[in-house]
Amino acid sequence: MLTRRRYGLIVGGYALLAAAVCLVAPFFGSERLSLSEVWTGLTLGRTTVDADIFLLQRLPRVVLAFLVGGALAATGGALQVVLRNALAEPFILGIAGSGALGAVVAISIPGLYLSAGPFSTVQVLSLAGCLASMAVIYRLATGPMGLSMNSVLLAGVTINVLCGAAVLLVRYLVNPQLLVIMDRWMMGGLDVVGFGETAALLPLLLPGLALLFRQAGALNHLAFGEEMAAGRGVDVSRVQKEVFIGAGLSTAAAVSLAGPIGFVGLILPHAVRRLSGVDYRLVLPASFLSGGSFLVLCDLLARTVVAPTEMPVGIVTAMIGGPVFFHILLKGRR
Amino acid sequence: MTAEPLAVQEVTYRYPGGDWQLGPASFRVAGGEILGIIGPNGSGKSTLLKAAARVLTPGSGKVLLSGRDAALLSQREVARQVGYLPQAVQPQFDYQVWDVVALGRYPHLKGAGFLTLADVAVVERCLVQTETGAYSSRFLRHLSGGERQRVLLASVLAQEPRVLLLDEPTSAMDLHHQVRLFGLLSDLAGKGLGAAIATHDLNLASLFSDRILLLSQGRVAHEGRPEEILREDILRATYGEGLEVRPHPVSGRPLVFPSFPGAGAR
Repeated sequence: MLTRRRYGLIVGGYALLAAAVCLVAPFFGSERLSLSEVWTGLTLGRTTVDADIFLLQRLPRVVLAFLVGGALAATGGALQVVLRNALAEPFILGIAGSGALGAVVAISIPGLYLSAGPFSTVQVLSLAGCLASMAVIYRLATGPMGLSMNSVLLAGVTINVLCGAAVLLVRYLVNPQLLVIMDRWMMGGLDVVGFGETAALLPLLLPGLALLFRQAGALNHLAFGEEMAAGRGVDVSRVQKEVFIGAGLSTAAAVSLAGPIGFVGLILPHAVRRLSGVDYRLVLPASFLSGGSFLVLCDLLARTVVAPTEMPVGIVTAMIGGPVFFHILLKGRR
Repeated sequence: MTAEPLAVQEVTYRYPGGDWQLGPASFRVAGGEILGIIGPNGSGKSTLLKAAARVLTPGSGKVLLSGRDAALLSQREVARQVGYLPQAVQPQFDYQVWDVVALGRYPHLKGAGFLTLADVAVVERCLVQTETGAYSSRFLRHLSGGERQRVLLASVLAQEPRVLLLDEPTSAMDLHHQVRLFGLLSDLAGKGLGAAIATHDLNLASLFSDRILLLSQGRVAHEGRPEEILREDILRATYGEGLEVRPHPVSGRPLVFPSFPGAGAR
């Protein structure tokens, strides 16, 4: 039984872990920062190199990684229920494909790549692609009985395939030098300076997450099927719609800035359900906190293992997450 | 005078893109009454129950819950009046029995959705009523089909509805569990709960129902006491040949047997 106390203990545990990861991670990287130097710079107002690196480079990156990882994991968890598919993940909505298409178009067409401050047309067109695919899927999947989650799934997969083909076409036509930039985007990255880019995502990310978290209790009922959920008093059609829009907004925000970082949205919700139970009032916040922590840790590895250069974080998420999840699977069987 | 828990009035429903139509169909369930809904495959039993539970929105007609038009009530308000158990419930995850029953409190919960002491008492009572308390800490996947069905019934009872709408509640059960479940429903009816039960088991419907609704091709073909409906002429007109009706040796209620020439001769 999920009491307030149990809820507080479990979510508090995940939150403590997340806080520890987010506080420690900025000190490590290609150069290790000194705690006293950072502290001095931050509290006494004296400029130190370590404090500048901490505040302008490492902390914004950690915050972005945490928000992106958290959003992807919470979104994946919610979609696995409304789509009744254990393999559902944020990119199943066609958002990875359409976001990638927007990004490669911005990279490839001469004169279209513009940047102002922390923002660039790569993010803007990627975001536009994500939102356009959401609108198309919503239109295609809405029938006389409301939003059909089966159609959402099929339309999402189709859009991913179509956009994948379009991306290949663009890659075939462009100057080969641009392929490296495109590949780096496709592998996912969290390289930001300052908080500007991350803050610009919040108007999409926060409402998206709020829509998802609002439905945490109802998702427990949808796990028993739409009819059972409706019989228990859940407005199934509204819940599905809110989860679809919430998932779309959160994923669009994450993809437009960090690229399609795989694995987090698929595996973290499974891991959380195995570790902390299947009550979605716990699963969603725990997925958000653990997904965020996981991506912060993966990013830490990505920028330290091959320092002074960096690995794309998408590679690390799969290489670390895969074996960890195998371990959880085996533990669950015993 | 309190209005009857459920009155379905001239309800119709057509699945999008299909030709088949339910109704217009009407029925009522009084408090303490068990209504057996029978009919061949495709006759509309499940659709009628879904329309009555507002799981489907009827094309026309009305569903009155304690005299109030269900179309004007929220889904939660409907769930506080009607406990609907669909035919096939496949939980996506493995919940503990206690938690499954507690989920039935959803239409009554407010705020963050944590149970109050009163909610816990209701859950415990439903576990006792359905004799599922002994395995309340077990997981659903470790239960037999019959045990699982009782747990789901406990969860629906935890909604504290005035009327139950159960779609083939005994389809996964052996004879012993079927009789126990109908016995439980009979006890609950004795305490004032109404129930409409769609079933293919004509004999259980005969033994445990106060009234029977016979559906055929989406319409109510006959309605009445079991002795009035479970007659060879009526059943043959609906189900076809190959059946015989004999009285139960103790209760005298009609029992339906399969029959065809030469059966049992070998």
